Order: sequence, then C-alpha cells, then structure tokens
Amino acid sequence: MLAYIWFALIGVLVTGYVVMDGLDLGTGIIYPFIAKSEEDRRVVLRSVGPVWDGNEVWLLTAGGALFAAFPAVYATVFSGFYLALMLVLFCLILRVGALEFRPVDPEWRGFWDGVLFVASALISLLIGVAAGNLIRGIPLTNAGEFAGNFFTLLNPFALLVGVTGFVWFMLQGSSWLALKATGELQKRAAVMRRFSTLAVIIMFIVTTVLAPMLAPTAFATGTSTLIAFIAAAVAIVGIVMSIVYGSRNRDLPAFVGSSLVIAGAVGIWAGSVFPNIVPALGGSGPSLSIAGSSSSNLALLAMLIIAAIGVPLVLGYSVLIYRTYAGRIAASDETDGHY
Amino acid sequence: MDATVLARIQFAVTIMYHFLFVPLSIGIGAILVIAERRYYKSGDVDDKAAADFWIKIFTATFAVGVATGITMEFAFGTNWASFSRFVGDIFGAPLAAEALFAFFLESSFLAVLLFGRNRVSKKFFYVATWLVWAGSLLSAFWIIIADSWMQTPAGYKIVASAAGSKAVLTDFFAAAFNPSTLPRYFHTIAAIMIMGGFIAMAVAAYYFLMGRNTKFAKTTMSVGAMIAIIATIAMAPMAHWQAVSVADNQPVKLAALEGQWETGPAGMGIVGWVDTHNKVTHSIAIPNAISLLATGNPKTPYKGLNAISAEQTAKGIPDGGLPPLQATYQMYRGMILLYPVIILAVFLVWRLNRKDKIATHTKLLKFLCFAPIAPLLAIELGWAVAEVGRQPWTVYNLLLTKDAVSAVVPAGQILATLIGFIILYTLMYIAWGRFVFKLIKRGPQVSENTTETSEVA
Repeated sequence: MLAYIWFALIGVLVTGYVVMDGLDLGTGIIYPFIAKSEEDRRVVLRSVGPVWDGNEVWLLTAGGALFAAFPAVYATVFSGFYLALMLVLFCLILRVGALEFRPVDPEWRGFWDGVLFVASALISLLIGVAAGNLIRGIPLTNAGEFAGNFFTLLNPFALLVGVTGFVWFMLQGSSWLALKATGELQKRAAVMRRFSTLAVIIMFIVTTVLAPMLAPTAFATGTSTLIAFIAAAVAIVGIVMSIVYGSRNRDLPAFVGSSLVIAGAVGIWAGSVFPNIVPALGGSGPSLSIAGSSSSNLALLAMLIIAAIGVPLVLGYSVLIYRTYAGRIAASDETDGHY
Repeated sequence: MDATVLARIQFAVTIMYHFLFVPLSIGIGAILVIAERRYYKSGDVDDKAAADFWIKIFTATFAVGVATGITMEFAFGTNWASFSRFVGDIFGAPLAAEALFAFFLESSFLAVLLFGRNRVSKKFFYVATWLVWAGSLLSAFWIIIADSWMQTPAGYKIVASAAGSKAVLTDFFAAAFNPSTLPRYFHTIAAIMIMGGFIAMAVAAYYFLMGRNTKFAKTTMSVGAMIAIIATIAMAPMAHWQAVSVADNQPVKLAALEGQWETGPAGMGIVGWVDTHNKVTHSIAIPNAISLLATGNPKTPYKGLNAISAEQTAKGIPDGGLPPLQATYQMYRGMILLYPVIILAVFLVWRLNRKDKIATHTKLLKFLCFAPIAPLLAIELGWAVAEVGRQPWTVYNLLLTKDAVSAVVPAGQILATLIGFIILYTLMYIAWGRFVFKLIKRGPQVSENTTETSEVA
C-alpha cells in the first residue's frame, strides 16, 4: 500500500516539476522568437528570475524521492539513460549560467541568450523522449538492468512523445509570458500561446492514434486505462480552458489550463505504466513493478512522515513567492533589481 | 582505464568542484546575515549598499553550487547504480529531505533577496536572509547524514534477494545520527565558517590596498576577523571530536592516517613518508599522542596496518582492505598543517585590527587577499581524506567500490562525460569569476533612488 502511495506522490512531484519548471523551460524556448529588444529580453528574464531556481528544486525532490522510494528504478533508469541524462544535466547547468550571469555580463550576453534557448529546448525534448521510452517500455535484463543503448532510446514513439513534450512546454511558457508581460511582448506571447495550443492538440491526436501501433503494451490493465482516461480528461479540460480563456485574454485561467494539460500528460504516463513503473519492452525481462521495486515499509513510512511535514511548508513558500511577485512586469519597471 | 577508475575520477572532479562553492556560499551567507542585520538596525544607506553587495556575491556563488549539486544527485544513479540499489532504502531519504526542507527554503527566500527589496517589508527581508542561510546549514546537515552513514553505517540490516543483497532500514534515528554524523557536521561547519571569515578579510584587504571603500573595508575586516577567530578556536574541539570518532569507529582509517604498521599505542606524525614497499613510515612524530588524545591513556593500543591487511586479505577483501596509504597520509598532513597557517593569519589580524593598524600593513593585506586558499584547500583535503581513507569500501565494511559502479555504463561514455564536465565546469568557473571580480572591483554602491540596476559597466 505504501508503495502505491509513493508511486502517486512521485507522480505529484514530477507534475510539480513539469508544471513549474515547464513555465521557465517553455519561456526559454520561445525567448529568441518573441523578445525583440533588450527591454523585452529583460522582461522575459525577470518573469522567471525569482522562480526558476525553486522550480528546479521540484526535479531534485522528485529525483531524491525516486531514489528513496524506488531505488531499483532510479538505478536502472539513470544508468540506462546515461548519455541522455548527462545531456539534460549539462543543459541544466548551462541554463543556470544563462539565468544568473547574463544580466551582469554584457560582453557574454549573446552567448548566454543562445545557451538559454538551446538548453531549454533540449531539456524539453529529452524529458519527452525519456517519458516516451518509459511508456513504451525499455529492454531489461533478468537482473533488472537496462539492456539497450543510446540508440534504443531514439525510437519513433519516444521521438513522437519528445516532440509532444516540447510543444507542451512551449504552451506552458507562452501562457506564462502572456500572463506576466505587457504591451507588444504580451501580444506576441498570446499569439504564441494560440499557436502552441494548436500544436498540442495535433500532437495529442497523433500520439493517441499511433500509440497502439508504436507502443502496443502500454495501458496493460483496466486500472491503467482508467487512470489514463481520467488524466486525458483533465488534459482536455486544460486545452479547452487554454483556448476559451486565451481568446478572451483572461491570462490567469488560461495559464491554469495549460498547467492542467501538463498535469494530465503526467497522469497519462502514470496510467500507461501502472502497475509497473518501468515496463520491460516486449517481455525482454521482468518489468520493474511498483510493488517489487520499492523500498522497505519502514523507509517508505519514514519518508511519508518527512513528506507530511515538508510538502505543506513547500506549498507555503511557493504561494508566498508567487504572490510576492504576482502581477505583470513592464519594460519601464526597473525596481526589481538584479536584471 | 576501466569504468570504476573513470567513475571515481568523475565523482572526485565533480564533488570537489561542487565543494568549492558550497563552503563559499555558506560562509558568505554568514557574512551576508551580519551585513543585513547591520542595515536592519541602522537603516543607513552605506549599510544597505554593503548588504546588497554581499547578496550579489552570495547569489552567484549559490547558483553555481545549485547547478553543480544537481550533478551529484544524478551521479548516484548514472554512475553508481549498484550503490544506489544497495543503499537506496537508507541513503535516498536524506537526499529527498534535503531537497524538501533545505533547497525549497533557500531558493524561495533567495528570490526575496534578489528581487524583493522594494516588494516586502524590511523585517521580512531581514528574516529572509536568515532563512536562506539556515537553509544552507540544513542542506549541509542532510548531506553529512548521508555521507556519514557510508562511513559508519548504523540502523540497518542486510537483506539478500535475487537481485543481490541490500541494506534495509531498521532504525531511522540510529541511521541518521550514526556515530560520525554529529562530529563530522560540526567539524565541517567550523571549517566553513573559517572560510567565510577569510573571504570577508580578503575583500576588506583588497579595498585597504586600493585605498577606497575604507568604511566598508573596516566593517568587513572586523566582521571577518570576528567570525574567523571564533571559528578557528571552535575548530580545535570539533577536530578533536571528529578524530576521536575515527579512532573509535574506523580503525583502518586511523592506521592509514598515521601510517602505523605495527599494532601498539598510536603516535601523531607531524611530517613523514609512507614507504609501502618496506612497510615502514618515516616520520617526525609525537609518540603515543593519538592514544592519549583519543582515550586519555597513552598506552591504548591500536591495530597496525600489517595486522589489518593480513585479516582482510584472509577474508578476500581486495588491497588488504587498505586505502591508498601515501595519499591518505599526505592529504591528512596537508589539512592539519594548514591549521597553524590559519591560526597565524587570524592572530595577526586580531592584533593589528585591535591597534587599528591593519589598514597600513601592506604585507599582511596582500597575504590576506590570497589567504582564503588556505581554508579552502584544507576543506578539500579534509573531505578527500575522509573519502579516500574509506577505500576500498564505498560503504564501510559493507559495499566495495568495485561493486558500487553502474554495470551497464561503458568506460568510453564515462570518459566522454568526464571531458564534458571539465569543459563545462571551466566555463562556469570563468563566468562566475568574471562576475565576482567585477562586483568586487566596482565595490558596494550607494544608489540614489533605491533602484538597483545591476548593469556592470
């Protein structure tokens, strides 16, 4: 039972990561296309400046929780996806440089601008590719080790989900910027939001149609399908909200909509693998199941107590920070320091 | 080179780099809290400029610490998958707790420090500096718990399964407060505070030498000296506590630290050379000093390397269960011998500062500009000796390093990513250095209209 609670909790942490860091990754993707002047660029950077670091902590928390609750999964996936994850890591590190040092280092500005775009785009794509592989299943040995190589990960389904993830983050980023910017920049972000919503719908349909062919073993059980259906419904509500509120320039509910789309996507992923975490591709070996790869009950219980104390604190801080920095950022507004 | 060696080199490079920025940011955090407190009490514009100056230096350093810290969390899974399977039940919890309790606290309130001067109340801002610093101290605590468990495992049992044996938690508090957690934590924090004091003294010394920002330099020198003096004094009992803990719990490491080949009372070597071929250590040593310090009895015997090696070899442990002896011995001496250097610097600063003569003492000021290297080097050496001295084990007496590495990652990929890390980290170091040196060159700035644009021209 505790193992299933932790499966759900890690789902929540992953959702937290893709929703929160999704807004600054997506902002990084659209950054070169909608920021036309140095003022624009500063507004874009200031919109994520106070929050990106905290957003990234969701990834560290999810990673730590996976390590603690499902060590076998953490070990197999991280060592199996070695080069892909190292690429994500290098991009995450470079992004920190772009976000921290660009504002104070005029000579390196062009370089950091390029880094921010490339790193954000690659991370978004690779998160999708990783998710696609986990949905489709990966080749596993009897000892539960990854039995493929880097190119095993570049299969059509994973690449398809990679592109889906990419446009999902684009939607999240443009919805964020439409909420935070003013004037022409805000209008361009709103246009980008409409375009991204369309791309998300197309990719959603294409993936759904092709999934039974490209990832035939996903959605193995009845429960699995049920979870995925509920999650898909959440995602569809999100898409509708994004379209309806986006067209009326009600940017906050539109942003809530795009966040629901991403949360739904994680739910579909979770549903597709249930009751496993890492399904073995085509019966290559035993899958890593929720029940079979979890830590001891005592460890899971200790972690649950830690989470029960920690998560409310985290939510408290997040509300505090997002409220402190609520509201739009104007180009003329230079009172926020740093950028 | 085989995958294990490359994985070890990669871990050593990435952790030592990360561990440059961690003590720097915690140390600078202490300076920042004091500077912000001064402004909170006085409301003076100069004090505000000083606090803002430290906020910027802190943030840049903290950011590199965060970025390189992600590497460490990934590394357990990517390069040390077998280790992760073995210890996940115990080791994962402190990592998750660190993120939950420490990282969120730091990142949230750092956002206040960076952008919030005009958005939140003065009191809230002041409390935020405390919370960021508290977060960094808490973060160090969880990591030391995890690392100490690898040194002196407790609160677990070993369970065998089809996928190999693993450690399973039996007592959370016994595992968290294992025998070496507290001595190692306070030893580390004392070292970090020395570091912080030295950074403040170095910045102050630079302005004295340049003959500008003298008011700031005076305050900063006094604050730095105060922190450095307290931390240097506190270091003595903390280091002693830590050494006793090693003597009590890690006899192999103790023998390696002192290069003691024969069983008997342990002496304390000042300088020396371990001749591994003839199994003898040439050294200038204080006889029986370790036995006396650790137990109060100069006659207390400790097992020598010969006896340990014979026992461990009989059990089939590689390398006779011994760490690389020369490296362990010399790194330990390096750390210890930097302590008198630190004491001397702190003493001179204290004396001259009391007589108000420090501003004109060019030689000392020049030395102080480079002096942070001493505590930083001592910190790196100390950490390295703790980890190298535990070899050939990754988890002491439970998991050998050769069995901890990822089974599926080829050596070529580890080498490729190692080169990637070196390039990337060099780039980050240059970017950080440019930023920090620009800030120091420009100095704390009083702005007319409370707006701070951080345009560095």
